[in-house]
Amino acid sequence: MKLSIREKKVTRSAGGDTIVFILLVIGGTFMALPMVYTISQAFKPMNELFIWPPRFFVRNPTMANFYDLFLLMEDSWVPITRYLFNTLVITAFGTCGHVLMASLAAYALAKHKFPGRGVYFNIIVFSLMFAWHVTAIPNYLIMSHIGWVDTYLAIVAPAWAMPLGLYLMKQFMEQIPNPLLEAARIDGAGEFKIFWSIVMPNVKPAWLTLIILSFQSMWGETGARFIYTEELKPLPYALNQIVSGGIARAGTGAAVTVLMMLIPIIIFIINQSKVVQTMGSAGIDK
Amino acid sequence: MSAVTAPTKAPRLTRWIKRRLSSIVHDVKSNKISYLFIAPFGIFFFGFTLLPVLLAMGLSFTHYNMLEAPQWIGLQNYLRLFFADDVFLIAIKNTFVFAVITGPVSYFLCLVFAWMINDLQPRLRAFLTLLFYAPSISGNVYMIWTYLFSGDSYGVINGFLSYWGLIDKPIQFLTDPDWMMPIAILVTLWMSLGTSFLVFIAGLQGIDPTLYEAGAVDGVRNRFQEFMYLTLPALKPQLMFGAIMSITGSFAAASQIIPLVGFPSTDYAAHTVVAHLLDYGNIRFEMGYASAIAVILFLAMVITQQIVQGLLRNLDS
Repeated sequence: MKLSIREKKVTRSAGGDTIVFILLVIGGTFMALPMVYTISQAFKPMNELFIWPPRFFVRNPTMANFYDLFLLMEDSWVPITRYLFNTLVITAFGTCGHVLMASLAAYALAKHKFPGRGVYFNIIVFSLMFAWHVTAIPNYLIMSHIGWVDTYLAIVAPAWAMPLGLYLMKQFMEQIPNPLLEAARIDGAGEFKIFWSIVMPNVKPAWLTLIILSFQSMWGETGARFIYTEELKPLPYALNQIVSGGIARAGTGAAVTVLMMLIPIIIFIINQSKVVQTMGSAGIDK
Repeated sequence: MSAVTAPTKAPRLTRWIKRRLSSIVHDVKSNKISYLFIAPFGIFFFGFTLLPVLLAMGLSFTHYNMLEAPQWIGLQNYLRLFFADDVFLIAIKNTFVFAVITGPVSYFLCLVFAWMINDLQPRLRAFLTLLFYAPSISGNVYMIWTYLFSGDSYGVINGFLSYWGLIDKPIQFLTDPDWMMPIAILVTLWMSLGTSFLVFIAGLQGIDPTLYEAGAVDGVRNRFQEFMYLTLPALKPQLMFGAIMSITGSFAAASQIIPLVGFPSTDYAAHTVVAHLLDYGNIRFEMGYASAIAVILFLAMVITQQIVQGLLRNLDS
């Protein structure tokens, strides 16, 4: 069998290949099945959704669930386009702010020497170690104290300073050769000019990665903790309301899930090679 | 004696402070541009990550219900947690079991699948990377597991099991205390091949192929020897970073359990520290008590991280 699916090497035996192949098939199937089932579910007509014994794959695919979803949306008190607009605003502001702030800070940390630089970076690495649950309550108190509850700032501002983004960006920027920056300095370029026209174009994979990471968290944001005005609530909140309709909404719910998961996955597919390139420099060298 | 030394000491102290201050001012002035670069991120990071942690620590020593001013009660919250709150002890036990299983297993799965995928041709590699990574970025697609495991006749797994005649009444996967934790762990593992997985894939691709060629000449016979003696040491920086992400993930994943098994879960069988925190913070508004829970969670995370980092650092010795 010469239809090899990998490059030839002396350390690879046919027996080992078979084991790896079997493990990958099992793992891949386990990963894929729930998602395949979701997609299949979204295209099932009513009689197939509630058939017994249950059917995994759809027999007679239909768009009825998506059609129902749009009908439901038309009937909603706040138009669905408003929810979509809210999510787009949150995603755009959150992502742009994060990429810009993280890149600025990463540049100084990677390429400048100044007192406090080590402490600053160590605190960032340290904060990778705890989850948002720890800060949830005090965050709410702070937001209500400065009057940001029920505004997008309460969601967007903490996301601007996500430590993972700064960490990845700083590690990636260290690879930029210093002579390149020195040459620009000799030519009389200011630091902001260097940052914008030399550093940023050179770290494109890194900021694409930051965009993806930030996009994922902002796109799925339900705003449940901070947003109380119906007109300000983001799309996932509205869609969750539809899904929580229970078993009667099984089909529509699956349609919602398919739509919501499609966009982050498409964005990841487009940028996959750039993301992997960025992650390559993410190791901790000590 | 003290009356004599005090006057000379005081000016020395103020002189020292002045010198220190002027050197700080000098530092800031000469590095103004660098501080400008780090300021925007720093401000928001301090305000919404660092300050909250400090605030939680402070509030954990108070009684605070958001209506009256916080009242200092010393260690009472902590004493109540460990000596008067049986549910919290259940939560700690569950979180521990959950983290001890999902953390290492997900770390191991990330590494092994990344390693196996890395051997493949670029196209297949890209496809499988996407397939394994997708569940972690697909938002609430994990809710589909509630349909799969549902205890009524529409539950797919129950449906198949009874159709094949393996069971005569549906298994209550999501409400039976014996089943809830295993199911929660399974679902968490399913969606845990996230950032660590990508970092491992990237790290493996970055390893110089000549390392393997030299290894083969030096007598590395099979892929497992190669993995142990060449790949793992070369991957150490990524392994350190992946460990951080996996541990944080295994503690934080508790929030995905709640939509799966309900809140509160039957007999608190899947009640975690995070669920306990949400209970007191979001429902009962006992903010001081909730803060004490948050502090415990914080300490647990940080201590685990330090232990694991220490272990990994000594890996090659």
